[in-house]
Amino acid sequence: MQATNHTAAHGGGHEAHHHEPGFMQKYIFTTDHKMIGIQYGLTALIFLLFGFCLMLCMRWQIAHPGHPIPLVGSLLEKVLGDVAKDGKMSPDLYNSFGAMHGTIMVFLAIVPLAFGAFGNYVVPLQIGAPDMAFPRVNMASYQFYFLGGIIMFISFFIPGGAAQAGWTSYSPLATSIPTHGQAFWLIGMVFLISSSLLGAVNFIATIIQLRAPGMTWMRLPFFVWAQFVTGFLLLLAFPPLEAASVMQLMDNLFGTSFFLPTGLAVGGRLADISGGGSPLLWQHLFWFLGHPEVYVLILPGMGIVCEIIANNTRKTIWGYKSLVFSVLAIGFLSFIVWAHHMYLTGMGTKISAFFQTTTMIISIPSVILLTCFFISLWGGSIRFNTPMLFALAFLPMFGIGGLTGLPLGFNASDIYLHDSYYVIGHFHYVVAPGTIFGLMAGIYFWFPKMTGRYMNETLGKIHFWFSLLGMNLVFAPMFIQGLKGMSRRMADGGTTYFGADDIAIKLNTSITHAAVLLGLAQLPFIVNLFLSIRNGRKVESDNPWQATTLDWATPTPPPHGNFATEPIVYRGPYEYSSPGAARDFTPQGQKV
Amino acid sequence: MEIPYTYKARPDTGLYNAKVGIWLFLASEIMLFGALFSSYILLRVQAPDGVWPEMRLGWPHGLLNIPIGTFNTVVLISSSVTVVMAWASLKMGKIAAFRRYMILTLMCAFGFLGVKSYDYNEKFTHYELRLKNGEVHTGHLEVNGKHPGFWSFADIWNLDRLTKEKVAEVQFTADPPKPKAGEAHAAEAGHEHVAKAIKRDEISRLEAFIPRNHNFFAIYFTITALHGLHVFVGALVMAYFAFPGSRMWRTNPEQFTNRIEVVGLFWHFVDLVWIFLFPVVYLL
Ligand code: HEM
Ligand SMILES: [Cu+2]
Repeated sequence: MQATNHTAAHGGGHEAHHHEPGFMQKYIFTTDHKMIGIQYGLTALIFLLFGFCLMLCMRWQIAHPGHPIPLVGSLLEKVLGDVAKDGKMSPDLYNSFGAMHGTIMVFLAIVPLAFGAFGNYVVPLQIGAPDMAFPRVNMASYQFYFLGGIIMFISFFIPGGAAQAGWTSYSPLATSIPTHGQAFWLIGMVFLISSSLLGAVNFIATIIQLRAPGMTWMRLPFFVWAQFVTGFLLLLAFPPLEAASVMQLMDNLFGTSFFLPTGLAVGGRLADISGGGSPLLWQHLFWFLGHPEVYVLILPGMGIVCEIIANNTRKTIWGYKSLVFSVLAIGFLSFIVWAHHMYLTGMGTKISAFFQTTTMIISIPSVILLTCFFISLWGGSIRFNTPMLFALAFLPMFGIGGLTGLPLGFNASDIYLHDSYYVIGHFHYVVAPGTIFGLMAGIYFWFPKMTGRYMNETLGKIHFWFSLLGMNLVFAPMFIQGLKGMSRRMADGGTTYFGADDIAIKLNTSITHAAVLLGLAQLPFIVNLFLSIRNGRKVESDNPWQATTLDWATPTPPPHGNFATEPIVYRGPYEYSSPGAARDFTPQGQKV
Repeated sequence: MEIPYTYKARPDTGLYNAKVGIWLFLASEIMLFGALFSSYILLRVQAPDGVWPEMRLGWPHGLLNIPIGTFNTVVLISSSVTVVMAWASLKMGKIAAFRRYMILTLMCAFGFLGVKSYDYNEKFTHYELRLKNGEVHTGHLEVNGKHPGFWSFADIWNLDRLTKEKVAEVQFTADPPKPKAGEAHAAEAGHEHVAKAIKRDEISRLEAFIPRNHNFFAIYFTITALHGLHVFVGALVMAYFAFPGSRMWRTNPEQFTNRIEVVGLFWHFVDLVWIFLFPVVYLL
């Protein structure tokens, strides 16, 4: 507004009279998609670290139940009070930390990083747009996210602490715990969901409307396709959870019984409620979001990996069309598989059979995606830089995660595996060494575009190898624990359930050690990230990786408005090593 | 820097940005209300046979005020027409007509909300009373000689509150019994509209027609309140465009017209939700 009045007053056309925005306008209340992306990214990384620290405390408790937590125990007692008496983790605190670990990792770390940060920064650049379609909505989306995060964070310090009913917040448990943590959780979720909705509308509209001339649908980089489908998943799957959150909030604060059955007893006494509600209804509404959500977690990572593989094999991606149609199929199918999380609720065999079938069908496009990436490696002269290492590791890690999902999808085997550590192993393989590796790859890959400097390769490789080791040492043993029948969500790590000499219990200790190793492995990354902003090796050109997509055709770092001249697209996204071309890559904007 | 297609249509999609945006937003709204409607259906289907209040957890029938609901339906549908007329006036360049139609639309919107709050008030002051001897009544309550006033939702009684505030006796005016088929009006004639004193000790359950009473009220209030919120927000946005926001008409009439189109689409959606809500919740 201000800027337009300003130029108008000076008769317009005065390009030289540039209005330098102040600090607040440039960094806090910015509408520039790149700065919003960076805001999202930094906030999400902080939450990622925070969520990890919660888990480290829990891992200590699992390995050494009832012993004071080293280093932070006394601090926890000071800020949280009785739940951390003598620096020990009470079961209530364990439940809070567990619920918030899941919530923070999914809704405050991975989704904002994968969709909010990378989507914001990269999508407009890759489609050749000057910004998002609705820059101010974009800003609002970040602010809602930030507020939601604050509400979640504050809930740790209220009497009784944060929510304790798991990230799935099943009723009636979530309503029966007599503290206000759950109410904070639900209000926080309403903000986070609204943020995602605003983001999703914006992304989809941007991709539909703001593609540069010549950027036809089949010339879109796969990353953009992945974000496009992710946008639809968020758009359509989140609202039912918003509705469910409102209903659970009513149960919590206004005494309704949406999800509370008749005759519910809490603490040995009949609850003072009208009853007649349905706990299953919550589970349906939750998982209707929950399953599409897992694809929200994975698809952006896949998109990043695809870009990096094409770039570092110097080959075109094998089966671009199959990738596109598979990702669309996944998007569609992910809306009709949700109840495979509910086989044990007694929905009935017919319904279980239906969801088992759709679950098996959806694994086909997932396998196609992975296969295309593997085949793309074949015969390439691969550059093993840090982004590529992370991208390569993504493939087998996601493979393990996906394949271990199949026994969970069959309801006969799921009856045994459900709610065991096996499930924890399964989805962490997908999201931790899977998605997080994809996101790390993306950070190393686009850092030069954001700052004009590379991140340090040596530190990057240390980060990579120790993370790979740590991730596997943490999550692989969980399959063994789960197969041995160990339940998840046990505040004492299952000692009350098992003979204490059982191998599964011993693995608890080794997993905890591995988790510490994994934590330490992130230190080189943190150092690298901040030091490289000023001290990293300077890039030689605007296109340091010699990539083909439009994001590399911008000045470094891209200015407000992104492109020096309006880009025009002449070719597909991955023309590497085309026969007869002068160089081994032909950018999308290059005419001949 | 300028974002392309903020108000000019993009040639290959034929749409300007905000129109894509609003359709996407409405898609998510459909999922939001869809989830609530599905919950309504599920809760209703799984309710035990029998009719509330005789059957405590049965589903109530004919409890909502249909004439009021019908009136509100007419009001909302009319407002959908006037909002289109407002947009069409802009297309023809008639800003004064635009403003007149917007005022009509706003009157409809606030009329709807006014009637709705009357409806809510009627529910908040209405009670379900169960006596220990098994009798069940619905009706109006008078405690310590006072009827609940307009801010009725702040003065809602139940058995707990009677006990806490040591109220030994209340006055209760039962609703006339529902006429059975065939003997219409016969019952009403014989019924005297008088308050009866009820001792607290005789009561086993006393609950107003509020969400916590029964899942029917819970879902009814949730859906209609969320819908009401949409009406309210839509009305605020339209009020803005009818008055201060209409300055844009002078600087960029095309974009202004588009904005009204987008608001209009939202308004139609709000209308459409009611058109589902009315038959499903009021009539069926
Ligand atoms: C590709 C094929 C996949 C199949 C067949 C599959 C199947 C399943 C099934 C059946 C469950 C429920 C297990 C139980 O609770 O007993 C489950 C849990 C889970 N899956 Fe997957 N999955 C697949 C991929 C993914 C992906 C891509 C993600 C993304 C990050 C993911 C994340 C999760 C999560 C977070 C849970 C645990 C939810 C909870 O807390 O209960 N899965 N999976
Ligand atoms: Cu699932």
